Parts: sequence; C-alpha cells; structure tokens
Amino acid sequence: MKQIHRVASVFLILVMTTLTSAQQSSSSDVVLIQNATVMTVTNGTIQNGSILIRDGKIAAVGKNLRAPAQARVIDATGKFVTPGLIDCHSHIAIDGGVNEGTLSVTSMVRIQDVLDPTDINIYRDLAGGVTTANILHGSANAIGGHNAVIKLRWGKSAKEMIFEGAPPGIKFALGENPKRSNFNPAPGTSPRFPATRMGVEFTIREALTEAREYMRQWDEYRRQIAQNPKSDVLPPKRDLKLDALAEVLRGERLVHAHCYRADEILMLIRLAEEFGFKIATFQHVLEGYKVAKEIAAHGAGASSFSDWWAFKIEAYDAIPYNGALMARKGVLVSFNSDSAELARRMNLEAAKAVKYGGLSDDEALALVTINPAKQLRIDKRVGSIEVGKDADLVIFSGHPLSVYSIVEKVFIDGQLYFDRQADIARRAELEKEKQTLKQQLKQERPGQREGRPEPDRRDVPPPPTPTPQPGGEQ
Amino acid sequence: MRRSQTLLLMALLVSFGLTTMRFSSAAQGPVYAIKNAQIVTMAGPPIERGTVVIRNGRIAAVGANVSIPGNAQVIEAAGLAVYPGMIDSHTSIGLTEIGQVRATVDTTELGEFNPHMRAIVAVHPASELIPVTRLNGITSVITRPAGGTLSGQAALINLDGWTWEEMALKPSVGIVFNYPSLRSGRFFDFNTFEFQERSFERAKRERDEKLDKIRKLLDDTRAYIKAKEARSRSFNPDHVLEALIPVVKGDMPLIVSAERQRDITSAIEFTSEQKVKMILSGGDEAWKVASLLKEKNIPVLLGPILSLPNDEDEPYDQPFTTAKKLLDAGVKFAFQTGDSSNARNLPYHAAMCVAFGLPREEALKALTIYPAQIWGVADQIGSIEVGKLANLAVWDGDPLEIRSQVKHLFIKGRSIPLKSKHTELYERYRNRP
Repeated sequence: MKQIHRVASVFLILVMTTLTSAQQSSSSDVVLIQNATVMTVTNGTIQNGSILIRDGKIAAVGKNLRAPAQARVIDATGKFVTPGLIDCHSHIAIDGGVNEGTLSVTSMVRIQDVLDPTDINIYRDLAGGVTTANILHGSANAIGGHNAVIKLRWGKSAKEMIFEGAPPGIKFALGENPKRSNFNPAPGTSPRFPATRMGVEFTIREALTEAREYMRQWDEYRRQIAQNPKSDVLPPKRDLKLDALAEVLRGERLVHAHCYRADEILMLIRLAEEFGFKIATFQHVLEGYKVAKEIAAHGAGASSFSDWWAFKIEAYDAIPYNGALMARKGVLVSFNSDSAELARRMNLEAAKAVKYGGLSDDEALALVTINPAKQLRIDKRVGSIEVGKDADLVIFSGHPLSVYSIVEKVFIDGQLYFDRQADIARRAELEKEKQTLKQQLKQERPGQREGRPEPDRRDVPPPPTPTPQPGGEQ
Repeated sequence: MRRSQTLLLMALLVSFGLTTMRFSSAAQGPVYAIKNAQIVTMAGPPIERGTVVIRNGRIAAVGANVSIPGNAQVIEAAGLAVYPGMIDSHTSIGLTEIGQVRATVDTTELGEFNPHMRAIVAVHPASELIPVTRLNGITSVITRPAGGTLSGQAALINLDGWTWEEMALKPSVGIVFNYPSLRSGRFFDFNTFEFQERSFERAKRERDEKLDKIRKLLDDTRAYIKAKEARSRSFNPDHVLEALIPVVKGDMPLIVSAERQRDITSAIEFTSEQKVKMILSGGDEAWKVASLLKEKNIPVLLGPILSLPNDEDEPYDQPFTTAKKLLDAGVKFAFQTGDSSNARNLPYHAAMCVAFGLPREEALKALTIYPAQIWGVADQIGSIEVGKLANLAVWDGDPLEIRSQVKHLFIKGRSIPLKSKHTELYERYRNRP
C-alpha cells in the first residue's frame, strides 16, 4: 500500500514539475503595473509610477510607461509597490533537522538536504510579502551547518526554490544556546562541551585551527601536483566538516553568527580578524548597539529582531532602538523574523525602526529589502526596484509601513505567486473538498473517532497539490 | 485540618484590606489640564478640540468648553490626541521578568488545582517590563498565573505604583481555568525526552477526570458555604474552597482558556451545568461558536491575534478575521497579548484585525472600554469621563499605527516620565564616544 502511495506521489511530482516548467516557459509574459506609488528603496519613491516586467525581470520603471501590445496591465491606483521583502533569518521549509544538536561543530550538515517545499509557512510568509529567505540551522552548536537562501516559489520543488547563485553560508552561534544554559541534557546523557562563553570561543578557535591546517595540507598537495603532475603524492583525506570551514577561511562561505551580548560579538570579530576573514552577518545581535563602532569597523552586517527582549538573560539589555542605533553608527542593518509568524509582517517590523530611533520611512523599508540583500550578497538580483533586477514585487493596499495595509499581490521572477483575490475565491472550494474528504473517511472507517492520532508525517507521501495553488495562472 | 487559623486570619485580613481599598485616596498630585487636544473619549464621538482636567488622580472635567483651573499645570496639546489608557487582558507582567530564568518567574505553582493562588501578592512593582509596556500607552493589564488546570486568581493592575497594593485596581478578577483539551496525537514528553502518542481515548479520560475533580470542588464549596454559615466558632477553614466561594456564588468568573471549537463548546456546557460565570480566553475558534457565546452572554478575550492559523488548511489570515466575526455575531470581546515583555505591541494585535475588516472604532473599544466592562471596572477606567481614574495617553497620531508616539502619559493622575530601561540604554550608548 505504502509502495503505491510512493509511486503515486512520484507521478504527481512529475506532473507538478511539468506544470511548473510550463509556467516557466510562459515567463516571457509581459506585465505592466501602473498608477502605483512605487517605492524603489534605492532611487526614491515615484508617484503614479509604472513597472514593466519582461522575462521575469524589471524591464522599465518610471512615470509614463506605455503598455506594450501584448502586456497584461495591472491597475494599481491608490496602491503601493515595494521590492519583495527579504527575511535574513528564517526556519521555514525545514523538514526536521533545524538543529543537529549533537556535536558542537557540525559544519558538514546542510539545510538544502531537508528543504520541504510543501511547508504551508512558505505560503503564509509569501502572503506577507516575503519573496526571499535565508534558511538557517538552529543555534544549538557553536558552528552549525550550511544555510540555504531560497525564493518562496510556492508550488515548485525544493531544488527550484534555491536562490540560484546565492553565495553559500554557514551558521555560527554564541552564548546561551551553544553552551546549553537553558536545556537539561536528555535523561541518561551527559552535558556537552562547551558550557561557558570561554568554551564557545575555544570551540570555534580549535575548529578554525584544524581547518587552517587542513587547508594548508590541500594547498601543499595542489602545489606539488602543479609542480609535477605525475607525482604520486597522495591527497589529504577529504573532511566534509573542514571543507566548509576552509571555505570560511578563504572568504568563500558567509558566516551568519547568532549572538546576543556585546562581549561575544567582539570576541568573534577579533577571532575572525585573527584568522583573516570577515563575519558576513551577526544575527539577532541584540547588544550590537553597544559595540556598533566595532561591528562597523570590521564591516559585518547586523540582522536583528525589531523589539524582542527579556525572554532570557542574554536578551535583557535588548532595546528596540538597536536597529536604528547601529544604522546611525554605520552598520549595515536588517530586521529578520526568526519566526514563520512574524515573517508575515516584516514591513511592520521595519516601521518599528521609525518609532524607535527615528529612521526615515525609506531607511526603514531598506531594513527588510536592500539591506538583507546586501548582507546575503544577492543585491545585484533583488532588494530594490531597478531595471535589470528580478521582478520580485509586492503590491500593498496602502503605505507598507501602515498597520492598515495588506499585501494584495506578490510576484517572484515576474510571476504572480500570491494573489489575495484568488486566495479568497478558492476558500469555499477548499472547504467543500475538506468536507468531502471527511465524509469519505467516515465511510471508510466507521469505527474510528474524530481526533484519532495523526500518522507520523515521515511515513506519508507529501500532499499531491499544495493548497492553495499559486495564482500564477493569471 | 492542618491549615492554621492564623494563616487564614492573615489571608482574610489582607483580602479584606484589598477589597475595601479606596482608590481616591491613592493620588493627591498636581492638577493638570491638557488643552487644545483631540479627545477620543470612547464614550461618544471624539471631541475635536477640547480640554481634559486631571485632579486627585481622576478626570475632573472633559469637554470642548472647559475652564482651566488657575493652579493647573497646562499641557499644550494642539495636534495631539488624548486616548484612554489601553488594557491588555492577559499578561504575566510583574510575575515574569525573564522567561528562561526560573528564579524570576512566579507564574506557575506546583499542583493542578490552585484556585487559592493569588497573582496580586507576587507582582513585582520594580519590574523593568512595567515602564517598557506603559510607554506605548498601555496603562492597565490583567496579570495572571499559569499552569495546571486551575492556575489561580488573576489580578487587574495599573502599571504604576510603589507597591502591589497601590498597583491593584481589582486584586482578584477571576480564576484561570485551563480547559483540558481533547487534543490527541504526537507530543514531546519532556519527562522522558521522547515523542509520545496520546490517543483520543486517553485525552478524553484525562479531561473527564479533571472535570470530575472540579465538579467535586464546586460541590464541596457549596456544602462548605452551608457548613460555614451553620458553625461559626469551631469552623475549620479550607483555603481552596474559600477561593471558590465567589465563583459558586456567581460573583467571580472562571477565565477559561480554550482554543478549539469542541473544547470551547464543552467548556460552555460545563460552566452552564455548574451555573458559574465564564469568560473565554484565547478563543481561536470562538467564531465557530459565536451564536452560542452570544446566547450565553460569554465575553471573549481574543488573542494573541499575531499568531499562525491552527491548521494547515485554514485561510492564512484566519486569526486576523476572528474579531470581525465575533462583532457581527454580537459577542463582546477584548484583546489580549498573552505576553509579558512584548505586551507593548497590544495595539498592533488590534490593528491587524482592522486591516482585515474590523471597524477601527471597535478595535479601540476592545482595547479600552470593553475590557473595562468585562472586568467590572467600567466605572473606573476604559474611557475619558468625569470621575474615572486619569489613565490617559497623549499621542501624536493614531495609537494603532506603529509610527505614532506617546507624548504624555498619566496613570491615576500621575504624570509618568517617558523613561524605561530601553530609553536609558538608548541614551547611554547613543552617546558612547
């Protein structure tokens, strides 16, 4: 029986793939959004502006664009268009495996291996205007695993969600989580090293030292081979853990470091400088405002919560002015969600930097668009409304920093992936389908009661069609 | 009975002292006049340009043509708007400082049935969370115990005062009842560190056992009242039953936490059968039983609104639309965050409902006058009317908009400095050389 399910699901995936590639081939669609207030983020705001989308890219932005003959025209009178929002710290779309909470150094594990494209939170966050997310491991380990930057192409496969060409990254973590301050070891297991911030520093130093030696061995091997291609010198033993760290040392893999306190932030800056690389982003970085000068001098980005605080002792000095304060002192700042729920209103998170610390509206919007794009080194593709960039766009019903505005349409690569009207239109149909399935189940298993235990998700094939479907058919 | 009479005497004295506390004696400060402000009274249409006079902690006058007393400190408020202080109907402020530091958390007593635990006596007036919360215009909160089935007595406090007595507006507003859910399925058991399967049958058995225990407690309380009345001298007090007396007499509600339709329905059946008052807290699926809630006149404490739908196949905006559905059905509701450090975001929970269809006016009422009515203190707070406590915030814009700022703040007529741990750290590090 299970076998049949597998076959069926494989078949459905094939069908889906065919469908989605059919969609892609039609991405030569030309769309003109007109009469909107266009917040480009990098080049000011255009009243009564238009955006022309062609081949998934922004082909033109301006005041009086004329619709090409074949273009589909979207009238956005009274509405605001922003770049797709970017969440620099997310754990959506992970099918287990957020934390490989065993070793303190797990630079061999990869988010891309556990991406779940059917996670409904992808759709929910998309409906809040998020188009790109940095999917990270949890913070259980001083050195965690590889991240995956994804576009929220709901309905596509895991592979198709990966942001093509985004530089690889890795999660580091400092403070209470890697030292396991707030967790009891499972019964029958012993505590894990490290247990202090001293130990966290040593753990990272030791791993980097090992990686440096590994890198040296490989460099030496390559040098010998280059000198004498016929040399019978043996290559060093391949080590997946150290491969990733060697990439860090060479500046080829971005470090996204979970941290809270000023001391540990400074520690990692000095450690990185000692090993000759740069931290890409400090994540959460709640006391970043205390060492903003040092972060700016090092050149790291800071990706923070807007206003969370006091949930643990290392978050007790967190202040909602953190983002604005760091930005004013020259740090490249973004706001992230770390939460499938919060990610649905990143625009409102940005508004908090206006309230707390007095950033301008444009500066605030940059916290969830161009700034995280720069931090993830994908700003050539996304993060602002500029000709040549990906047509990742959000149509809001009003000003994106107003609590009363809602997301109406979301485009990724020029395709409509969320459409509120289409979503609402499908609800009755979905409810009907649900009731029909319930009835069928009752007839098949008359003895079973409602509320029986749900089967383990790992044993069932993924749902054949994601609900609701992207509105891409328009 | 092993409980000592001395203890009971002390408890009775304390509770007597609390219930008879005179609000008017609390504040004897300066006289203030906020003039030229828009006044959103929540007791009629807004006054577009008027004055609010504050004296002895209370609102002494409000209107378009109010004369300003000669001794008043005048606050020029042209372009600003005065709103009643907002009320968060579920927090643990004062009971929780830092969630993950156990020594700072006093929400959860051991045991399943603790109707005699009183939140008010554990409220820490110097909590850093208090100034942080009130700086966003929230002047009163319900702070409540957690855990077990009957967690204890929730308190309604003002977010200012030297002691918990001074903070208390109503020391016991209800007993928190975490309605045992019929939820079954896989869950992580922290005792064994393993996933466990809870069958529907097991969930139902556990629920029925808990309900039977509460039935017995309520029956015992009824018998206890008779016994108490019959034997005045050698009577042995019972703290648990004492706490339930106002509940069986209908003077105090059970604050029933339930989210799912069948749990809510079951809770309504239970409280109806027991003839006790119920306030529903949480109520994710309250909209599915709105007509029953209306029929039984049960108010709902709605929230947190900023949360994910319960089920994968629910509309993505489900939590944002519940308030409007309750309004349409005529059910009274107030907003709650269920939070402590983030309670300052209360207005944004309400705002999200406005974005998705709730009239703004109703959202504001569900932050002010409706919770005051639900908690039985509408004669004290919740609107700007003569004689009420001066719990007011003066805003430079719409309080539901994130970019708006509080410019002046009054709690019980005291002018509250706009400072908190956060503003102080901001000032200190902004000026770091």
